[in-house]
Amino acid sequence: MNGIHDMGGMHGFGPVVPEPNEPPFHSTWEGRSLALNRAMGFAGVWNIDRSRAGIEELPPHVYLAMSYYERWAMRLQKLLLECGLVDESEIKAGHALRPGKPNVRKLSPADVDASLIRGSYARQAAAPARFAIGDRVRTRNIHPQTHTRLPRYARGHVGVVESVRGCHVFPDTSAIDGRENPQWLYAVVFEGRELWDPDADPKLRISIEAFEPYLDAA
Amino acid sequence: MSAHDDDHAHGAELSETQLRVRALETILTEKGYVDPAALDRIVEAYETRIGPHIGARVVARAWVDAGFKRQLMENAAEAIIAAGLADRVGDHLIAVENTERTHNMVVCTLCSCYPWDVLGLPPTWYKAAPYRSRAVIDPRGVLADFGVTLPDDTEIRVWDSTAETRFIVVPMQPSGTDGWSEAQLATLVTRDCMVGTGLPTPDAKAQR
Repeated sequence: MNGIHDMGGMHGFGPVVPEPNEPPFHSTWEGRSLALNRAMGFAGVWNIDRSRAGIEELPPHVYLAMSYYERWAMRLQKLLLECGLVDESEIKAGHALRPGKPNVRKLSPADVDASLIRGSYARQAAAPARFAIGDRVRTRNIHPQTHTRLPRYARGHVGVVESVRGCHVFPDTSAIDGRENPQWLYAVVFEGRELWDPDADPKLRISIEAFEPYLDAA
Repeated sequence: MSAHDDDHAHGAELSETQLRVRALETILTEKGYVDPAALDRIVEAYETRIGPHIGARVVARAWVDAGFKRQLMENAAEAIIAAGLADRVGDHLIAVENTERTHNMVVCTLCSCYPWDVLGLPPTWYKAAPYRSRAVIDPRGVLADFGVTLPDDTEIRVWDSTAETRFIVVPMQPSGTDGWSEAQLATLVTRDCMVGTGLPTPDAKAQR
């Protein structure tokens, strides 16, 4: 979706302000927000793509007004309600009013360390890769209202396939109904002047990780 | 625990978000979906065990061991595990190397994708709008915000983390550090160096 999350190339957000010696969490609730999201991610009710979409669907003014872990908390509440794991009356009460649903995988302390390591998103390919290293490709000018990983700034532009990453879970379908629908994934590199304007830095190159359905031969 | 522990720092007044997070934890625990001890363990992992010191060891090893560096560039996760530099590293980790000609910078314009396994949690600036918006269109301006200036003829290569691939920058070893031990070298490699917004310098120890 063309949401506020898709920020590449926007103007007006001001300078980057690094914080010296930044702690992992600025307050206790941030760590709890992260941990709750990770534990419920482990539960197996939704996947990472649905989870990302949950944040992207926050209205732009809400998204911008919230800190990172506030968004995570909002997203968690939204997914819990959508998936029927918790209902509105419980959110209101601040307590469980009914027993939990069955078949929700509970993360045990012993499984935490393994759960923090990212799994593999590589899958068996149904067909050979359409593109090879060095091929010129044009990204499609698509505007799905659902989750996609093709950023707006890189749509409709010509780049070169620099690497073939393998065949991976396709976020665009995975976010909607969990269908992994594996697709070939490529690193596609663009000249800065192709993405921006002719006066852009001639020594700038930008790459995205692009799934095959995002690409046409150029 | 963080020094900014605001559950206590600002008296009894809790923000809406603090209340929301607290309520969610209560509800999910009562419903049997989460074990608070597992939550404790997740927080503890990122506060004490998983952080940029892991990546720094990887970079230092690459500087002193050409064979390791070759393997790292080939398959970073496998190389790091085989070298005993981390117990576990997720798949699809890609090491990109700075050279005299090219400087690499990593961003996730869409969210906050970051190589957590080797760098820990992303810093706030990495997840915030200024960096995500400008890294791809004005990376030299962003570098200036970090006090980094590169020669005009250095190519800047920005990697937007738009899939499950994750990137770690292997910076160039600073001059004047020949003969340093691997452990000494690792102290120069800050988190920012491995994101591409910093450069290792022999006096970098005091910085992040």
